[in-house]
Amino acid sequence: MLSYVFRRLLVGFSVMLTVAVVSFMLLHLSGDLATAIAGPESSAADVEKVRVQYGLDRPMVTQFGDWLGAAVRLDFGRSFYFQNTVMELVGERLPVTLKLGGIALLLAVVVAIPLGVLAAIYRDSWVDRFSLLVAVVGQAMPNFWFALTLILVFAVGLKWLPVAGNTSWQHFVLPAVALGYYAMPSLMRLTRAGMLDVLGSDYIRTARAKGLSPARVVFKHALRNAIIPVMALAAVELGFMLGGSVVIESVYSLQGLGQLAWDSISRNDYPVVQAVVLIIAVFYIGLTFVADVLNAALDPRMRTR
Amino acid sequence: MSSTNVLSTPLPQPPMPAWRRGLRRSLGHRGLVIGSVILALIALAALFAPWLSPHDPYAQDVTQRLIPPAWYAKGSWEHLLGTDKLGRDYLSRLLYGARVSLFIGLATALISGLIGTTMGVLAGYYGGRVDAVVSYIVTTRLALPVVLVALAMAALVGGSLKVVIVLLGLLLWDRFAIVTRSATQQLRDAEFIAAAKALGASTPYILLRELLPNLMSALTVVATLEMAHAILLEATLSFLGLGVQPPTPSWGLMVAEGKAYMFFQPWVIVIPGVVLALLVLGINLVGDGLRDVTAPDGRN
Repeated sequence: MLSYVFRRLLVGFSVMLTVAVVSFMLLHLSGDLATAIAGPESSAADVEKVRVQYGLDRPMVTQFGDWLGAAVRLDFGRSFYFQNTVMELVGERLPVTLKLGGIALLLAVVVAIPLGVLAAIYRDSWVDRFSLLVAVVGQAMPNFWFALTLILVFAVGLKWLPVAGNTSWQHFVLPAVALGYYAMPSLMRLTRAGMLDVLGSDYIRTARAKGLSPARVVFKHALRNAIIPVMALAAVELGFMLGGSVVIESVYSLQGLGQLAWDSISRNDYPVVQAVVLIIAVFYIGLTFVADVLNAALDPRMRTR
Repeated sequence: MSSTNVLSTPLPQPPMPAWRRGLRRSLGHRGLVIGSVILALIALAALFAPWLSPHDPYAQDVTQRLIPPAWYAKGSWEHLLGTDKLGRDYLSRLLYGARVSLFIGLATALISGLIGTTMGVLAGYYGGRVDAVVSYIVTTRLALPVVLVALAMAALVGGSLKVVIVLLGLLLWDRFAIVTRSATQQLRDAEFIAAAKALGASTPYILLRELLPNLMSALTVVATLEMAHAILLEATLSFLGLGVQPPTPSWGLMVAEGKAYMFFQPWVIVIPGVVLALLVLGINLVGDGLRDVTAPDGRN
């Protein structure tokens, strides 16, 4: 187990490094940054001035080396747009996105696990069909549209919740629902599949034969075994949600990391964009590492992969 | 008496041809039928958009701005689904928008399918170091936040239909690679592959003519799911202003353009959103249905 964890850590770190290279390359190769920063109407001389000023005239390898050398010390340089360092901007916004992601995941788990358990116990009943319908419809709706529709219904129509902003906890309800709804179907289906698997096993039959109450069998004996892969998937889903926060945050004007990335993209503020891409990737890598270790702890066969 | 019995003895049934059995299974699968109908309707709408559209989708008329659909009191039969903020006919834009969505879905699936299948087949067939490299690339790709990377790159290159297709094609190959890799691993040691090898077939021949046809059903399923994924992402990019550019009618763009008016005219975002969801639902139902129908045990 220890060697598995060590190997996974090693892979995780090298993937981080590769992502750093890739995100740097993507932004430097897909266009001329100096032209983008100077703006479309600027003269060639202006572009050159910008190029020297931002250090974009140095060889690519030097630029990357300097950037990475600083990035491992969590120093992503200064924003092109604000006077602040990138880390100050990120530090200000990250808590909002983590809060949003945390609440969204909590909502998704709280709905998905009971629904999944019920769907497994009452297989092919209306509960099962309903949960399948929720999953199928959920995957089909575009998330930005679902977010707007929630505003129309709950903020404009029913006036229960605020439209946008992030000053109180109420402001987080709709964005968290909009974000969490997309994590729910896969969590629910996995809970259902895991429960079906476990409920058919010999030890559950033994537990039932011993005369244990159905609730005790389901929750104490079955769910305990089915839940670890679900938790592992939940960790991965949280990683996806942090990446998807850019859309939801822009709809609800939540001042989080996603909104920061989005604003920085439209302002050509590339140090910030690079940093956010890398930070979200690092979170995702960390969360998938947790998921892999959880799964490996449960199933020793996974460790040899 | 004995002569009349000849007819009632059961004749040996000729085996049902494979396609008939497939068709029967498909028709018995409710999701697949519903999905196919939705998809066929939208595909027909896209195909015949120039004939079905009551108006030019680009024709603006500021005197006819934001007319609600015909079933509202203020609506008119002239514009069945109303008009947008520039007075363009909503139904016509919706029909032409189907072309954009379907084209993006197909083109993206083609590009990403080519990349992902190549990687997956090579990794699965050769194993060892090739497999390790491909798995590493897939892991790295999965760690990149798709929406964010696509947005950042589209901002640099400049958003357009072509850019969206290339970007999504270059980003969405991961599932193709994962699925073809494991399918190839299972088939690598099959007898028909060993037979082809024994006959002296070259490796490209084995991969393309022996292996690939056996991956087709798995590939079709992944392709439908990635089409749906690409269509949703195009809508997202266009909604955020970095995908398909105005005045091209894209459903995601229609939602973005209607956003400012949604509080008083909710239908401007409801209509394109519902159609988008229907298309994705149809594709997903077809994909899931095909997976069930082509599964060896034929569960449905």
